[in-house]
Amino acid sequence: MTLFQKKRRNILPGFGLSMGYTVFYLSAIVIVPLSMIFFNTIPMGWEPFIHAVTAPRVLASYRLSFSTALFAALFDGGVGLLTAWVLVRYRFPGRQFLDALVDLPFALPTAVAGICFATLYSPVGWLGETLTKWNIEIINTPTGIVVALIFIGFPFVVRTIQPVLEEVEQEIEEAAQCLGATRWQTFRKILLPHLFPALLTGSTLAFARGIGEYGSVIFIAGNLPMKTEIAPLMIMSKLDQFDYAGASAVALVLLVISFSMLLLLNAVQEWQQKEYR
Amino acid sequence: MGIELQNITKKFSDYTALDNISLNVASGELVALLGPSGCGKTTLLRIIAGLELPDAGKIILEQKDTTNLPPRKKNVGFVFQHYALFRRLTVFENVAFGLKVLPMRERPSRSAIQERVEHLLKLVQMDWAIKRYPSQLSGGQRQRVALARALAVNPKVLLLDEPFSALDAKVRQELRRWLRKLHDEIHVTSIFVTHDQEEALELADRIVVINKGRIEQQGTPQEVYDHPVNAFVYNFLGNVNVFHGRIKEGKVSLGTHHVDAPDELKHTEESASQAFVRPHEIGISKIRSAETDLTGTIQEVRIMGGQIGLNLACEGFEHPIDAEIPRELYVNLQLAKGEKVFVSLNRVRVFASDYEI
Repeated sequence: MTLFQKKRRNILPGFGLSMGYTVFYLSAIVIVPLSMIFFNTIPMGWEPFIHAVTAPRVLASYRLSFSTALFAALFDGGVGLLTAWVLVRYRFPGRQFLDALVDLPFALPTAVAGICFATLYSPVGWLGETLTKWNIEIINTPTGIVVALIFIGFPFVVRTIQPVLEEVEQEIEEAAQCLGATRWQTFRKILLPHLFPALLTGSTLAFARGIGEYGSVIFIAGNLPMKTEIAPLMIMSKLDQFDYAGASAVALVLLVISFSMLLLLNAVQEWQQKEYR
Repeated sequence: MGIELQNITKKFSDYTALDNISLNVASGELVALLGPSGCGKTTLLRIIAGLELPDAGKIILEQKDTTNLPPRKKNVGFVFQHYALFRRLTVFENVAFGLKVLPMRERPSRSAIQERVEHLLKLVQMDWAIKRYPSQLSGGQRQRVALARALAVNPKVLLLDEPFSALDAKVRQELRRWLRKLHDEIHVTSIFVTHDQEEALELADRIVVINKGRIEQQGTPQEVYDHPVNAFVYNFLGNVNVFHGRIKEGKVSLGTHHVDAPDELKHTEESASQAFVRPHEIGISKIRSAETDLTGTIQEVRIMGGQIGLNLACEGFEHPIDAEIPRELYVNLQLAKGEKVFVSLNRVRVFASDYEI
């Protein structure tokens, strides 16, 4: 399982047509719109560009966006794996209900999620009240952003691991047990390497989604300059001030970093998969 | 005693998979569990390995009661029908797995593991593939690796669950002979499950025929084949012609044909019985050689390699009879479809009719 289409030796007919379609589709839907960011930035000139993207507030927002997205993705990796495990391995009443629940973050308008979190974690909210007593602040902090991003990225991990886990033959685990492996050794040495590519894909998707997430975060983050302003918010606020070029500049950097990270992770996966195929 | 099974019973909801099975396997013996699919033979194997728990009964491996031990503590080598190799590990790592998961103080040194794996791979003639991944090997090669992996932990017993049934006929036969040879070299107590009577006859020291969760008969291949105790065993061990007849005054009448009833049925009152003849125990000739010969017409000729299959319509018999004769005889007698021949039933086995095929 990889993020991008795999190269394949071609024995199927219609390569030209389907490849042409794919290129056209990607151009129309992805490349052309995104290249507008690039072309919007060019008239700006080099120095204003550097100035715009290295402003302390902007740099802080990049740091915040990438670090919170990373934390959320890591957390989702662990919890998503566990959830997928429970959904695949056990049969219990309400399993299908739980299974449907996983997709909810996909369907919900993210602003709704943001409002829910803001209410829940506010100092007078259900959870916020207790947490405040323990001196744990969620709202208006990076922790709050991570909480929101965990929610948003969660289904990606579960849904990528689930099918792979379902395919694992029971015999593989039985073989490991007969050879003297404990449950943990079986999981660690056999199952985890098997699930790892899916886990990586799922977490990468959650990570990518986290970087771009706007709606749910702004309600809980408080948007304090230098502290809880995420990069997409920087772009929005520049747009609000009719600084289109500046917004494009910030967006361009975000785009380049995100894309190189995805490319890198994809390369890691390709390399991981290569041997046993 | 290598393996002692005492009164093993296993039920799956309302269906009894194993019904009070007791079985002893001597150390170093190679035993085949033979039976039709669904007879419980795989369940029995899995119970020995600890992959299933019996509802009742005891499993004793080398004088030690292992009934309630988990599979990893049983020290049993298990070979699966579909190999169950670890896809993400190389052949070397697959075979070394059982050694590498040992607790620290029992684990052999790195070089000892290397040596043992190399030795085992040589034994199964797979040493050239040590760095390959399972997906780069054919079915037969994978099964050899799986066998080496199972042997790596020095198992007390080796259990093989239909090990060759996923392979094509030629490879299957080759591996069968090879396994027999390997077993003669390493003498590990082994049980293998199969539904292929040829495989059981060729490979095993002893055959245990299982049907519907019970042992029908056990013995050497020769004993079981030559002296089947009942109609099921006879039928399961090879192709048969079935005749439904009646026992009367110590004789069984099959159409116009009469044969002596077996001793144990001689004195029964008139009753239904079944008689069986194997296709290769039927004689064909163009001259009537005995009073009891039947007359028949060849309806169909099947070329089966060394043997020729004939489908005969015989006078006085409702159903056609299948016969197999050597190709040489077929050529010498210049037989062809539509030809009239004399048919002798050389070896008829009669069983009381309590068994339905």
